[in-house]
Amino acid sequence: MTGGATGKAAAPRIPSLTGGGWRRVIRDRPLIPLVILLVVLIAVLEFAKPGIVNGGWVATTIRAAIPLAILAACQTLAMLTGGIDLSVGAVASMAAFLLATLATGQGPVVALVVALVAAAIAGLVTGIGIGVFKVHPLIMTLGMSLVVLGLMSVYQLLMVRSGTLIPDQIQWLGSGISFGFVPNNIVVFAPVALLIVVGLRRSGYGRLLFAVGDNPVAARLAGARIWQVLVALYVLSAILAGIAGILIAGLSNTATVSLVEQSVLPSVAAAVIGGTSIMGGRGGYSGTIVGALILTVLTTLLTVLEMPEAVRQVLFGAIIVAVAAAYTRVIGET
Amino acid sequence: MSAGVGTVPGRRAEFVEATVAWARRNTWTLGLIGLLIVFLALTKMLQPNYGAPGIQGLAISILPIAFAAVAQAIVVISGGIDLSVGPMMALASVTSAVLMKDQGDPFGVAVVVGVLLLGIAVGAINGALVVITKVPDIVVTLATSFVWAGTALLILNTPGGGAAPWLMAIISGPLGNPWLPKALVVLAVVVAVVWIPLRRSTFGLALYAVGSHPLAAFRSGIAVGPTKIVAYALTGFFSALGGLALTATGGVGAPVPGSYTLQSVAAIVLGGVSLAGGRGGVLGPIIAVIVLALVRTDLFFAGVDPNWSTAVQGAILIGVVMFGSLVAMRKVRA
Repeated sequence: MTGGATGKAAAPRIPSLTGGGWRRVIRDRPLIPLVILLVVLIAVLEFAKPGIVNGGWVATTIRAAIPLAILAACQTLAMLTGGIDLSVGAVASMAAFLLATLATGQGPVVALVVALVAAAIAGLVTGIGIGVFKVHPLIMTLGMSLVVLGLMSVYQLLMVRSGTLIPDQIQWLGSGISFGFVPNNIVVFAPVALLIVVGLRRSGYGRLLFAVGDNPVAARLAGARIWQVLVALYVLSAILAGIAGILIAGLSNTATVSLVEQSVLPSVAAAVIGGTSIMGGRGGYSGTIVGALILTVLTTLLTVLEMPEAVRQVLFGAIIVAVAAAYTRVIGET
Repeated sequence: MSAGVGTVPGRRAEFVEATVAWARRNTWTLGLIGLLIVFLALTKMLQPNYGAPGIQGLAISILPIAFAAVAQAIVVISGGIDLSVGPMMALASVTSAVLMKDQGDPFGVAVVVGVLLLGIAVGAINGALVVITKVPDIVVTLATSFVWAGTALLILNTPGGGAAPWLMAIISGPLGNPWLPKALVVLAVVVAVVWIPLRRSTFGLALYAVGSHPLAAFRSGIAVGPTKIVAYALTGFFSALGGLALTATGGVGAPVPGSYTLQSVAAIVLGGVSLAGGRGGVLGPIIAVIVLALVRTDLFFAGVDPNWSTAVQGAILIGVVMFGSLVAMRKVRA
């Protein structure tokens, strides 16, 4: 049904696609409709509660969106290769928890290094499973998140006496706001975002990610060592998750073994809304950033409207399906 | 077979040949049964007075996850995946618990039928969205998992409601022989009555065909879209059964889905269902659920901290899948 029908239907549709109009805009410049959606949401928010949109609001919104955007970066990179990383929640929580428990005895620098190295090791195992043993990314990251969560629960019992402490520097970084409207965590986010956005377009590795996702066989025949690309990808993803976890710990001033678990599905949602295809080979990070902002503003809006958490979940789900369906329709891929 | 004379040695050879062929086709399930026996023996060794009561407790505790595994197996055989199994279970559980509280038995039966119909409807919505929007199934069911979870929370914010006494009685205790728990009988009867006729029907063939090669199935005259929708509806039906089992085992409705989705995916992968679709059955996943539960029991009896069980479960999942893909790679090379 899918194969034959779309093959015929796509041919006459091409003139209308290239002929201009909103379809072309969405296809070639997906950022424009996303930013319009973001502005509309902000306008609705201002309308719902006049005066809420000001410098302080902008700062808190960006501050809340940044950890989500970093987690969504993991999803974007993995999805470009046709994968998905469901272990970001466990890995990010692990980094935050390690940091908080080790900071009291070892000092913040050692704790930070240990946390990120542990995240990288988890990513290495995931990457070897997916790249070398060719385990399905969904299963591998799922299994890895169980392993990490389990190990952390055991570790938690061992460390029950030491207690947790979020170092002051991390709190400043995660929750501080400078000059009244600049969240401090942008110090971390700006270089990361720049590196990913530019790296995906200009670097050889970035192009390899697209190539592997678009057509693995062609990528292999062209000489790409797919397993190396994938191992590097999941290590990078785990380190990014670790950074996000530490920022979230700084923001909330707590660290538990399941701190970040609830952000896993929103991170996938942000990447999908941002226009990255889960089938691989299409997407980019700038859309994901706007996607994370949209989700954050939407959360605020629903809170302002005093919607219960349940309604928020239902709306989140509906929006993801609607946006994903719109992309599929406009771009015409199956 | 080629001889066809009907001599006794000929027939015996035929029988042996058929058995070997059957065993070759079901190696994975046979291996799992072996694993199950090993773990049962291990349990008996660790806890010499583990007996009929232990088996009964085990049967009741695995019932919801076993239904979830069957639900996931069906949709994965059709080439999809359903990440909303857990939330659908929660939805069924709260609906049944709210309606059944302080009601008589006849009404309770009506509620059970209604909840099963609800499950079919919810699953069919999942399937229709996947087929109509052509958005990847992971994205659609991820999004609907938000929707169903939110709806469940709207119906019942905290665990509450009640279960009809007959519903609780139907799964607790033994049936005649103390070694034959009712919960296991219920599971076997329901799965046998629903799945076996389906598997043998034209629809069953279509299900496997769509899973292994949708285009080939389409060109053989199978209605691919409707087959997929029915597969998702069946997944909803078995998820609703899982939700009813949750209500029956707990006595109240459980609005928070827990990790049933992840556990169902883990169980089908261990149970020999290929994530690529078109391969596997429902017996393997059910045995996998029992094995995973026994692992947890054994760890407990061995005096291992229960927190290790999550890590061990994840490690088993990864280990088995890596082993499976190694075997597959060997076959391709040979």
